[in-house]
Formats: sequence, structure tokens, C-alpha cells
Amino acid sequence: MTTRTGRRSVQGGIGESTIRPDGVPKLRGEFMYAQDMHVEGMLWGATTRSPHPHARIVSIDVGPALAIGGVHAVLTHDDIPGPGLFGLEHPDQPVLAGDVVRYWGEPVAIVAAEDEDTARRAAEAVVVEYEELEPLVDAEEADARDEVFRRMKIRRGDQEARGSVVVEGYYEVGMQDQAPLGTEAGLAVPDGNGGVDLYATSQFVHVDQQQVVEALGLRPEQVRAHPVGIGGAFGAREDVNLHIHLCLLALYTGRPVKMVYHRGESFTGHVHRHPARMWYRHEADENGRLVRVEAKILVDGGAYASTTAAVLANACYFAVGPYKCDSVAVDGVGARTNNPPCGAMRGFGAVQVCFAYESQMDRLASALGMDPLELRRRNALATGDRLATTGQVIDTPLPVVEVIDSLAAMPLLVDEPGSGGDLPGGSGLTTEPRHVRRGVGYALSIKNLGFSEGFDDYAQARVRLSPEGAIVETAAIEVGQGLVNVLAQIARTTLGVSRAEVRHVDTSRIDSAGSTSASRQTQLSGGATHEAARRLRQRILEHYRADDLDDEGVWRGDTLVAAWDDLVRDGWEETVTFRHPPTEPPDENGQGKMHADFAVAGHRAVVDVDPELGLVRVLRVDTAQDVGKALNPESIRGQIEGGILQGVGLAVMEELVLDRGRIRNATFTDYLLPTILDAPDVEAILIEQEGSWGPFGAKGVGEPPTISSTPAVVAAIRDATGKELNRVPVRPQDIALEEEVAR
Amino acid sequence: MKISLTINGREVSADVEPRTLLVHFLREDQGLTGTHIGCETSYCGACTVLVDGKTVKSCTMFAVQADGASITTVEGLADNGQLHPVQEGFWERHGLQCGYCTPGMIMSAVGLLQEKQSPSEDEIRHAIEGNLCRCTGYHNIVRAIEYAAAKMRGEEPPPPDWEEEEVSV
Amino acid sequence: MEVIHPRNLEEALAAVADGMTPLAGGTDLMVEVNYGQKRPERVVALRRLADIADFSPTRIGAGVRWRRIEKEGPRALAQAARTVGSPQIRNAGTIGGNVATASPAGDGLPFLAAVDASIELTSGSGSRLLRWDEYFVGVKQTARRSDELVTAIVLADDLPERQEFAKVGVRNAMVISTVCCVVTRREDGATTVALGSVAPTPMRARRAEEMISSERSPSEATLAEFARLVSEEVAPITDHRSTEEYRRHAAGVLARRLLERCLRREAA
Repeated sequence: MTTRTGRRSVQGGIGESTIRPDGVPKLRGEFMYAQDMHVEGMLWGATTRSPHPHARIVSIDVGPALAIGGVHAVLTHDDIPGPGLFGLEHPDQPVLAGDVVRYWGEPVAIVAAEDEDTARRAAEAVVVEYEELEPLVDAEEADARDEVFRRMKIRRGDQEARGSVVVEGYYEVGMQDQAPLGTEAGLAVPDGNGGVDLYATSQFVHVDQQQVVEALGLRPEQVRAHPVGIGGAFGAREDVNLHIHLCLLALYTGRPVKMVYHRGESFTGHVHRHPARMWYRHEADENGRLVRVEAKILVDGGAYASTTAAVLANACYFAVGPYKCDSVAVDGVGARTNNPPCGAMRGFGAVQVCFAYESQMDRLASALGMDPLELRRRNALATGDRLATTGQVIDTPLPVVEVIDSLAAMPLLVDEPGSGGDLPGGSGLTTEPRHVRRGVGYALSIKNLGFSEGFDDYAQARVRLSPEGAIVETAAIEVGQGLVNVLAQIARTTLGVSRAEVRHVDTSRIDSAGSTSASRQTQLSGGATHEAARRLRQRILEHYRADDLDDEGVWRGDTLVAAWDDLVRDGWEETVTFRHPPTEPPDENGQGKMHADFAVAGHRAVVDVDPELGLVRVLRVDTAQDVGKALNPESIRGQIEGGILQGVGLAVMEELVLDRGRIRNATFTDYLLPTILDAPDVEAILIEQEGSWGPFGAKGVGEPPTISSTPAVVAAIRDATGKELNRVPVRPQDIALEEEVAR
Repeated sequence: MKISLTINGREVSADVEPRTLLVHFLREDQGLTGTHIGCETSYCGACTVLVDGKTVKSCTMFAVQADGASITTVEGLADNGQLHPVQEGFWERHGLQCGYCTPGMIMSAVGLLQEKQSPSEDEIRHAIEGNLCRCTGYHNIVRAIEYAAAKMRGEEPPPPDWEEEEVSV
Repeated sequence: MEVIHPRNLEEALAAVADGMTPLAGGTDLMVEVNYGQKRPERVVALRRLADIADFSPTRIGAGVRWRRIEKEGPRALAQAARTVGSPQIRNAGTIGGNVATASPAGDGLPFLAAVDASIELTSGSGSRLLRWDEYFVGVKQTARRSDELVTAIVLADDLPERQEFAKVGVRNAMVISTVCCVVTRREDGATTVALGSVAPTPMRARRAEEMISSERSPSEATLAEFARLVSEEVAPITDHRSTEEYRRHAAGVLARRLLERCLRREAA
């Protein structure tokens, strides 16, 4: 019999900045990314893509490609055994184009060959005869022609309400790309019985599996999708791209097939952030209280549906921001065009409108002669209020005022231009301190957490005991955000043990964890882990009529009644499917309880601008963010710093430039990601409040940093230059020259 | 074509197709997949390795051009399982998320610290201006390199930022 | 494909004469290879050819890398070198490669125009010197014959005392120039203004030069006129990186600022 000498506290539990367990293999170059997979006998795949944004396919001749030595298969639409369609919300996108191509870069044929170079040459050798059709590339024209994926109408309150102070504005957001550093990659391995194992970059393996099954007419048990190591995601991996192609080639050839997109192909192979046009009218009383907000929001969904309906809905639901207003009219259109398909990217619709409504709030403050933060404070939404658009009563913590007060209290911490490092223009030596004007700007944001509008949003997790400690099994994807930390931390604290780790398992061994998106995994997979660990501990304690569990085993008082190894031998495990509070679809006026939870954030940007050349250096973006409970403060900080930089990118440099449906800058030479010399310093205040349904009151933290950082930077540039700047990214010519984008 | 070179201290002779890029030679022929490919246009820096002690983007070289050269990749940094101080810095200071840019970032940092024992923050930033990171916002990468520089000078690294983290309740 | 490593210049020249594609630092050609835009069958790799890596005040071998120029080159060329790509690219890329590629956006090229540098072209039958404006013919087009290699940049032995470079790009590092500019000025006021990314080749703003060279202490109005003339003389296009109008504007602003820097150094 062992006698207890004193209870150890759990190491590595919630609230600690534990170091990521996948860090060492990643640092040593040993971590297996999808790009790194290799199996004996594998073939390489490549894709033939449309050079036209809109064309009828007259004929496809695969002969020249098949004639190349080492080519094993060249497949087209006609070779697909099932319906051949996919799509996250509804399957409208051909796996390979049939009669018509609807966007530039749409896959037309796929190839498998002995090596990558041969595969690419074969893909180029496929002869496709096209009859070009006029592409529809203007979202307003698509709206007029009723080429739309969804229309939204929100009407709330007295539609006749009028304020004494009115500001109107038109705003545009360009097409941003997620540009994760690792491109799309994957491997499909046939199982010899008509089924296939898929290992490919993903944010949501269960929905990949389901789309493969449906598109190829397979039975669900024939396809297993496995989580793999991926180099970032940010929304780009929510839709399938090479997944069905790989499975099709593997099943056809009977050989494993690997495919890796080049960067240029990646830019056409995944969906982008929706470009948006927004018309706004804010009316307030003389005290600055919002009386009415009207908005029309037009997003360009591109050629296929992807998640346009949900992105548009989000844009409309958050069209007023974290502010109270009892008279609202929002009309939204998700246009169908021949531009590249758009879908999920960090912030998901909330980003576009935030740029517009925060620009409007600054205009309103200026019209009222009021401090911009004071205007926001007067209108701040709080728990118990109704969301201005949907009328939903907010029943979780919503610290808008606390965010504002935190930002206002943060010291500015900036030196004279040029003294703390580079000036605008950086090493280009364009700018001297005398050319610089400094500006400060603020913005706030609100976004839903988890999936909305009645979607059955759930996550399953399993906690079991092993010789190495507690194991959390999940199909939730680690994209870099730190899921592997936070689920283990939750398991440690909840079980009371210090050894816990996360293991990813494929779709046949566990139910869905849902998507790693919508800032949802900490709350959803975290919630499932928390509940599974809680029940497991409770069952073990009840079984042994014990009162504590730790690394050594089960204790009754000071007596160890079962050692850890005994527990392991008995196979204790618990599987839980966790659902967030139910939501509902909107009524005909866009009213209802569409969201399970919300998070708010605020940003204060400080910029140095060279107005004559239109060059900007973002010095600081400080932030206060509503996190519920900080489960791993340093991971949250990582999300904040990285998210802010993506917001800065949208503010001043990131845009896919289209010319009649064709992307003109599909390279890292010309799609500019912020470098370290573009990165601002960041101070972050994490605001904790109890009451959310997430584990320990945690909220999702991934998206808010990206949402209001963009308008904060633009507000700072306006402060420095006096320019209106109604479009992001702000280009040098927008600052340096006189013209404005006017509608 | 036959080439002979040193990779991570190991003599290697190989017969390579002249068209093979150095990065593909390292990844596919040598199985050193820690050197990543992010862009093919020499912008992302994920494929950075040391060629004769200098940082080079290995997508801008044919393998045959490395004939006779000494190459160091991320796999060659750890010494008998002991992490290199730069690797340790990235670990201790949360200098990575998805980790895809990390090997290239580490190699650029190693290149810098070979030349400068005590780089300023500004020098650190300029040394990694050719390495893109999409996850971290770069802040912790600078802290990681500062940590490594201190370690390599035999000094105690500066404490982590989060020991001063403000959490408002 | 075939790659050869010449041991000396003669071997390199023979290979070029034989139709092989010269490869210097690889920072331009390899991008095209990676993207499948070029599939050169025969390549002569110049990376370790010491014969063309000489460096003196009047002669910079084609094989000299940006990293060295950044530290040892004439002031404005060193400033330009600092903006080439990234540290890794500066460790590989050479001035000869920049000259041979002859991109309108080549960061090192306006300097050559500003100081009237010559390009040394060598073939099996000997060398010839071409002044920069004879050498650069169009977008990525030069007077180099296919049997010639760029072997050196030849500079005058009396480079202007004051020379300043600047480059506008949308990002603070690692960016292709929207406009770049070099201004030089001598004690007697003789001024040159050279620009990149605003015409098919690097160019000089001759009318602006002429006007300002006779001004010993230009007034505010003269400086403004100088900038206006530069903006007028450039011939930029609109593309996905910028607009014609912005490039014109920025060319004038940069030229004026660089002139002011030269004047300040003159005063100091």
C-alpha cells in the first residue's frame, strides 16, 4: 500500500503559457508537413487549369499528355464516377469542369505521372479547345442581373426614425488572400478494396471526407481523411481543392498519388476573402447616440458558392458593429461572377463591414465634434442589450466599454519619427523625419464565435488514459494556433493530472470536431475535452469510491486505491460530443437568435506617413481583446500579434489585383505579405470575464485581432493626412494623389 | 552529373539531374525535408540554408552549383540531440506557430549570429527581412533570436515578455 | 539539361559562344525556371568564376555580389544594393546579373545611368565597352550579342562627390521598385538624375539636369520646377504594381529629395 505524502499541483494546466509540444520537431525540421509525405511507389499529380475566366469547352484532347513517357492517367470530367460536384454549403462546383469554365484557373483535367516534373509537363500538354465567353466580372452588374448566391434583408425597429446628424459613405475592400506559407498538398493512398485514405491540408477533415464521398459516388466507409501537418490556413483550407482530385487519381491508377501546389497555383486553387462594396448611412442625435443605420453590402462571391452565403450573412449581422441602435436596415447581396471564388478567411465577413462602420463612426465623431472613443463609449453594446441588426439579446459577457477604457488608458509608447527604427519607405531611403506626419486611429469590432444560423455545430473529443498520461483524441486540425497546447491544458486541469497530450485521429476513428475556423475550436473541441475529462474523472472516482485522481492513480484519502497503470489496463476512456447553445435561422426580417457567442476587440494604431509619397509605416497597434478566460496567454498573444499583422496587410498592401477575371499578381513577388520591417509593435490587454459557455469561460480568440486592426490603421492614416481613404488596401497613390474612389 | 559536397558535416556524393534545384535535392534525394518550399520566386525564405556559411535561398540554385560546397540545413544544427541555441530560443520564446517558415527563419538567424555576437533589435529585424512569416507577427521571432544571442555569448537570456503580461479582470 | 562550371573566363566564353545560357547568382533565371517559363537545356554557371569578381574604384566585376557592393560600393550604388531582394538574395545575386537581365526595375541600373558607366562585354574575340545608353535597348533587351558575357561595369575615376539613391516600394523591405532614382551632383553644380521603373530602360532626366546644373543655390520655386520637369520627362506605365500617374509624381518627389540631400551635403 502506498501512502500519500502530499498532493502535487497540476503542472501545465489552464492559464499557463505552456510551450507547444510540436515545437521540437518543427524546430528540428522533423515535423511532417503534407508536403513532406512520401510512400514507395507513389505517383505525382498535376492539374490542367483554364486560362480563361469564362469559356465553353469545345473539346479536350488528352492524347498528347498520355503520350509522354511516365504518365499513368489523364482524367477529365467524363472520367468521374459520381456526380462530380462539391461545395461547402451546397455542391455547385465541378470537380473538373464539364461544358463550361467559370473562372480563371478552374481545373479542367488532372494527371498522374512518375514524377512531379513529368506530371506538370503532361498537364500542360493536355489540349483544350475553348470558345471564350464574355466574363461577368462586376458584382454590381451581377446584382442587377440577379446573378446572386444570397440576398439578405435585415429590418429592425422603427424604419422612420431619423437623427439630426447624418453621415454617408461608400467603402471598398479589396480581395485579400490567406497566403499560408505552406501551399496545398496531399497524398491519397488506395486501400486495394475500392477505398482510399486521404492525407491532405485541411481545416475540417470530416467535411473533406464527406465531399469526396459525395462527389465520387463512394460509400462513407470507403474514404478516410487523416489530419496532417499544415503550414498555416487562415480559411484557405476550409474548402476542398486537390482532395477529390487526389482520391480520383489514386482510385483510378491503384497507386498512391501526391500533389503539391506551387504558389501561383495556390493563389488560384483556394478561395479568397470576398471583395466588398458598401454604402452606409448613419444618423445620430446631437449627443452622438445612433438613431438609425442603413447599409447596403455587396460582396463578390466569384464563380461558385463556397461559403458566400454565410460570409454575406456575417457581414450583414455585424454591419453596425458593437453598438446599440434600434432602427436598422441592411441589404446584402452575395454576387455570382466569373471572378475567382471567394470563401472563408479569418474574420469571415466581419472584416469587410468593420472597415466601413468604423470609418462611419469616425466621420460621425468628426461631424459631431466629438472624441472618437467617446462616441463609441456612448453607443457601446453590453450584455443584456440587443444586437442592433438581429435583435438577439446578448447573454454572454460583452466588455465593449472595458475594451474602450483599456485602450484609452494604454500609454502611447512611441518615439520621434525615425528614432525607433525605420521610417516610411524603409531601406528605400525615401523619407526623412521632416517628411513624416504621425497619426493615431482607433477601431472596435464584434464577431460571432462558432457556426451560426441554426447549424448543428458540434465537436467530438475522446479522453483516454495511457502509459504516457492522458490522451486527447480529436480530428480537430492544428493549423499552428496551438490546439495541441490548449486541449492538453484543459485535460490536465480537469482530470487533475500533469501528463496529457493531443493525438490526431482520422475520420473513421472519431466523429467530427467541426472546422478549425470561426474561432471555434477552443470553445468547441475544448468544451468536448473539458466535458470528457470531467466525466471520466467522475466515473473513475465513483467506481473506486475515491476522492482524488492524479498522476499516480486514484486516491481515497491518503491511500492509493488504484495505480495509474491499473487504470490504463482497465481501459478508462470517455467520448463526448459537445454542442454550443442552439441558434436559429433568421426570420424574413433577419431577426432571431442566430449566434451562440460573441467576442469584441479594439485596436489603436499609430502610423508614420510620408504624405507626399503616400508611404506608410505602422509603428504600433495596441489592443484590448475580450478573451473570456485566457487558457494560454502566450498562445493568445501569438494569435493577436499574427492576426494584427494580417489586418495591417489588408490596410496597406495585400490585394489580389484582377484584370477581367484574371489575377495579375499570383506570386509572392507581387502579392505583398508584410515583412518583419512592416510589422508593428503590439501591446495587448486580455480582458477576462466569466460567463461564456466555453471551457472555464474561454472564448475564441483567433479572428478578432484581424478585424478591427485594419480600420484602426486606416483611421491613423486619415489622422496623419486628412484624406478620406474609403478603400483598403490604401495604396500610395490613394494618399499621394488627389483622387478618391467615389461612388 | 556527379557532385560531391558536404551536407551537415557529412560528405555526400550524388548523381543528380542538372535540372534539380538545390532545395529539391535536399528534400527528395537527401530526405532533408526540414528545408521547406513556400513560393518558388525567392521571396518567402522558407528554403534558406547556409552555403559555405552564407544564407542562400536554396530555390535559386541548381544542386550541381553546390558541387564542392558545404551546406548546413536545419537538420544539421542540433548537436547530439541538444538543440542549437537558436532552436532553443524559438522553443522557449514561442517563436513559431505553424512552423513552416521556422527552419528558414532559424537559418537566417544562425547566419546573422555567426557574424554578429550582439546584434541590436534593428539588426535582427534586417537580418530576417527576407523571411516571411504569416502566423506570428514576428514579435516572438525577434525575442527568440535575442534569447539565442545571449545564450551563445554565455549570458542569461532576457526574461520572456509574458512574465509582465497584463491580464485585466 | 546540362550545366557546366567553367574553370576560367575562356571556358565560360566558349560555352556562351556555344549557345549555353549564362547563370550568375540565379535570382532572376531560377525564378523563371521554377515557374516553367524557361527550360534552358544548357547552362553555364558563373557562380564561382573568380575571373569576373574583381573589384576596384573604376571597375566592378560582373560576378561581384550585392552583399559586397552594399559594404564597399560607391555610396549611391551601395544604397541601391541594400534594397536588392533580401539578405539571402544579396548573398547570391550579382551586379552582372542585374545588368544582363536589364529589368526596367533593376535596382542597380539607375546608378549606372547617373554616372555614365560602361558595360564591358566579352566574347572569344575580345572585349568591347558600351556606354549604358548604348547597352540598354528595351524591356529586358540589351545590345549584348549571344556570344558575349557581361564581364564588368566600368566607372569613371572621378565619380561625383555627392550621390544619393532612393527607391519607392509598397513594402518596407524585399520589394520590386515602383520608382527608383539616383541624383549626383558635383562641386560645380553639374547634376545628373537617373531613374528606374519609369521607362523600358533606365533613363536620365536631361532637361531637369540641364536646368538645375546651372543653379548653385536653387530656390524653392526652382526645386519645384526641377521636380515638375522630372515628372514630365519620365515615361512610366500603369501595371499591377502602380499607376502611371503615381510613378510620374513619385519620380519628381524622389528626384527633388535626393537633390536636396546632395545640396545639404554640399553645404555641410
